[in-house]
Amino acid sequence: MQKRFFLSALTVGVLASYIGTAAAQEKFKIGLILPMTGPFASTGKQIEAAARLYIAQNGDTVGGKKVELIIKDDTSAPDVTKRIAQELVVNEKVNVLAGFGLTPLAMATAPLATQSKTPMVVMAAATSSITQASPFIVRTSFTLPQAAVAMADWVPNNGIKKVVTLVSDYGPGIDAEKFFKDRLLFNGGEVLDTLRVPMRNPDFAPFLQKVRDLKPDAVFVFVPSGAGAALMKQFAERGMDKAGIKLIGTGDITDDDILNSMGDVANGVVTSHHYSASHNSPLNKKFVAAFEKANAGLRPNFMAVGGYDGMRVIYEAAKTTKGGSGEVLLNAMKGQLFESPRGPMFIDAQTRDVVHNIYIRKVEKVGGQLFNQEFDTIKDVKDPGKNK
Amino acid sequence: MSAHASLLRSARWHPLELVFWVLAFAAPWVLSQHALIINEIAIVALFAVSLDLVLGYTGIVSLGHAAFLGFGAYSAALFAKHIHPDPLLGLVVGMVASTVLGAMCAWTIMRGSDLTRLMVTLGTALILLELANKFSDLTGGADGLQGVMMGPLLGQFEFDLMGQTSAWYSLSVLLVLFVLARRLVNAPLGATLKAVRDNRLRAMAIGIPVIARLAVVYTVAAGMAGAAGALMAQTTGFASLDVFAMDRSADVMLMLAIGGVGWLYGGIAGAVAFKLMYDVIANITPQYWTFWMGLFLVVLVLVGRERLIRPWTWWSAPARKEEAP
Amino acid sequence: MLTLLFDGVAYGMLLFILAVGLCVTMGLMNFINLAHGAFAMLGGYVTVVLMQRHGVPFLVCLPLAFLASALMGVLLERLLYRPLYKKPHLDQVLFSIGLAFMAVASADYWMGSQQQIMQLPDWLRGRTELFADTPFVLGMGHYRLFIIVVCAVLTVGLQYVLSATRFGSRLRASVDDARVASGLGINVNVVFAATFAVGSGLAGLGGALGAEVLGLDPTFPLKFMVYFLIVVAVGGTTSITGPLLAALLLGIADVAGKYYIPKLGAFIVYVLMIAILIWRPQGLFVRQGGKS
Repeated sequence: MQKRFFLSALTVGVLASYIGTAAAQEKFKIGLILPMTGPFASTGKQIEAAARLYIAQNGDTVGGKKVELIIKDDTSAPDVTKRIAQELVVNEKVNVLAGFGLTPLAMATAPLATQSKTPMVVMAAATSSITQASPFIVRTSFTLPQAAVAMADWVPNNGIKKVVTLVSDYGPGIDAEKFFKDRLLFNGGEVLDTLRVPMRNPDFAPFLQKVRDLKPDAVFVFVPSGAGAALMKQFAERGMDKAGIKLIGTGDITDDDILNSMGDVANGVVTSHHYSASHNSPLNKKFVAAFEKANAGLRPNFMAVGGYDGMRVIYEAAKTTKGGSGEVLLNAMKGQLFESPRGPMFIDAQTRDVVHNIYIRKVEKVGGQLFNQEFDTIKDVKDPGKNK
Repeated sequence: MSAHASLLRSARWHPLELVFWVLAFAAPWVLSQHALIINEIAIVALFAVSLDLVLGYTGIVSLGHAAFLGFGAYSAALFAKHIHPDPLLGLVVGMVASTVLGAMCAWTIMRGSDLTRLMVTLGTALILLELANKFSDLTGGADGLQGVMMGPLLGQFEFDLMGQTSAWYSLSVLLVLFVLARRLVNAPLGATLKAVRDNRLRAMAIGIPVIARLAVVYTVAAGMAGAAGALMAQTTGFASLDVFAMDRSADVMLMLAIGGVGWLYGGIAGAVAFKLMYDVIANITPQYWTFWMGLFLVVLVLVGRERLIRPWTWWSAPARKEEAP
Repeated sequence: MLTLLFDGVAYGMLLFILAVGLCVTMGLMNFINLAHGAFAMLGGYVTVVLMQRHGVPFLVCLPLAFLASALMGVLLERLLYRPLYKKPHLDQVLFSIGLAFMAVASADYWMGSQQQIMQLPDWLRGRTELFADTPFVLGMGHYRLFIIVVCAVLTVGLQYVLSATRFGSRLRASVDDARVASGLGINVNVVFAATFAVGSGLAGLGGALGAEVLGLDPTFPLKFMVYFLIVVAVGGTTSITGPLLAALLLGIADVAGKYYIPKLGAFIVYVLMIAILIWRPQGLFVRQGGKS
């Protein structure tokens, strides 16, 4: 029994000897919090690869200081994410926090960013209200309303009147549903039903069956990247295309990460999004080639471009402020206007959110591989969610 | 010696215990950079101790203890957001809410085998998760409940960025509830719990009101877990659905298994060991830490849990021990 | 509505094949094996790799998936599981969770974190509609039909082995009372090993069949563990008709719940499970004279 008490004292002693080294040298530290494990691990991989690529291409010194990239797994738990972010700010004294694969994680960390005056660059999460949660948040990913509204504008001009929406039941999904529905109704279309799929869902079959029974012209879908493949297969299996129902949605369902392995079932699907790996610009071609080379042929997706552009925003701000931090660094991030692999984009100084082009694309086979081919562009789309 | 005397003897405070608690309270000051993880460890240790009451002392295998953690967390968070931001009031609200829930759920675990109880408790936690998701207007749904601003503790101590206030707050609550649990366990009531765990039929035969005991201990454990949940919501200013998830219940069960069931410090030791190990491994390999954690667990069980803290037994044959059926 | 029933039955049969190994293992060896999903995942990945990288036809992959998982099962049983049979349940839970963690991380490392996509052969891709344009339309996806047929055949086979063969009676004897069985001269170790192997093999087969319907990624074992446990708890561990009916009930309830009340879909399943377990704590179907 005594030895057991000794164990407790020992563990506390171990804790005492585990003293972190917080010697703050002249470094510019970036705290990158990503989903490295769990269902969204592919997002974490893409963003990490993109961040490392940016550093490899642009050197690891910025504003006279050496760049240190600290990567942490968020374990998909908001309280742990907040604690990790807090430790990064307090112990490592990071100049900027970045990453954030899911909305609740960003929301939980927002008050911390405000309290500690640390700029927070959101590279993945896509709910509109995130940038309003803290004046220190800058976003380089995208927002669902941007893509959803673009789709709702395209739809009526292309023979589709009645739509059923099918989205995953969380922040971005609800955003997508709301803005698509409102815009479509405004444009004279009809939304027969709005279905929400729980996040922990193993089987899409009942929801798709319901869509089929409602007999719309098209079904507008949003599911997080990764689940799109399962949905597409179920869609084909249910014979929905034969029943005359078109599949439309935001680009998350034809994620470049897995698009090529989806097979013919994805052919012809029309989506709206801010990035396609086949975007026809010299910068993008260079980006895709370098990314594939550094990552064993892995194709970059919109998450990667969010990470790449996020690094760009951080680097440029660090250059201007000579490796600064706090409000000074934040102000240098606002209003940045530049060419990204996705196209032109800028960070709106008022809303700190991203303004970029939204493309309407169709999945086509190019050179034996499936790509999202852009055929229509809507320029400089601001986030419609901010007007509420 | 008589049963009464032996109970009294085990109830006395051992000097090493006092050393431990002094060290624990000194930690947020001495190791101020680690105040945040100390806070997290204190909260999860409280959760583990509450599960120990149920699992270790009474033998109820529960994979849904997170139900009470979550209920306490959401109650405290909603209270702080809509009614009053005082932390201590919120803590009481969280505890009361979970205690009530525990009393309501206690009748579901009365019958059946280990597996039945496992599934019923798991089901309860998952039902609460789905309900929290459904009432997303109230709970924020999958995005979580935000905007929980806590007032200063005791009107004086703000919840600061360094996390020291949080750490001391959690440690204090842990100590108070730990002492309570200790008294419970070392009282005659606690002895009857162990009797129920070891052989329910015989316990019934000698006149112990088994059903009543199970209900009491389950309710008390629920209240403690609720306190842990309230602390979690208050010190992070946030509550989200994953607080009900199976991962939470499973993690705390693992901690208890590592630290040792049937011994109150088991929860605390397990929490410290688990969290530290996780932190160290995750810093080395943020992506594949689950592998090393899994390997540790496998080796731990193969080697024998009791031998973990006695390194000199690692290379000898395990002792033959007859487990009570 | 008939289509929904059909979908539910297909889902249920798939769950049954995945979980039956767990049921028998738990009933036989009294071992709570939470790593069962890892064997299913192995079968799924074996199939995907063989089909995508080596062009092996789908039908050939299925028995190969079974074999791969069965072999892994035999190996692990001898090396790791056997010393743990007498240990308390908590140790077994700890051990199998650790094994599951290792499997998840290994799959992530070797295969990547994204969803694996299988290309089914053409003859499995169609859909047949009976009684179309009536309220009793029965839409049957060919792949789901295939699943139902395969699982039905397997169920009949299993039931036959269990009730009409020597091995089956040895197995039932060992489940009822291992000590007495070994006293009668039955080599209980061999029975254990063979059963574990077949159970894991079936899980692997289920994983291969299910990859198309349920998705396949490294978190598969943890995601579906809850469902397997529900089948085992509700169905009881002393027969295979119990888990079969439990799985069908679960499949239909899940599908119907999600169709009619989408927001509360999963909720229905848990409530149903708790209600059944409170009403019949030993599971829905308990054989008289079996071990409790």
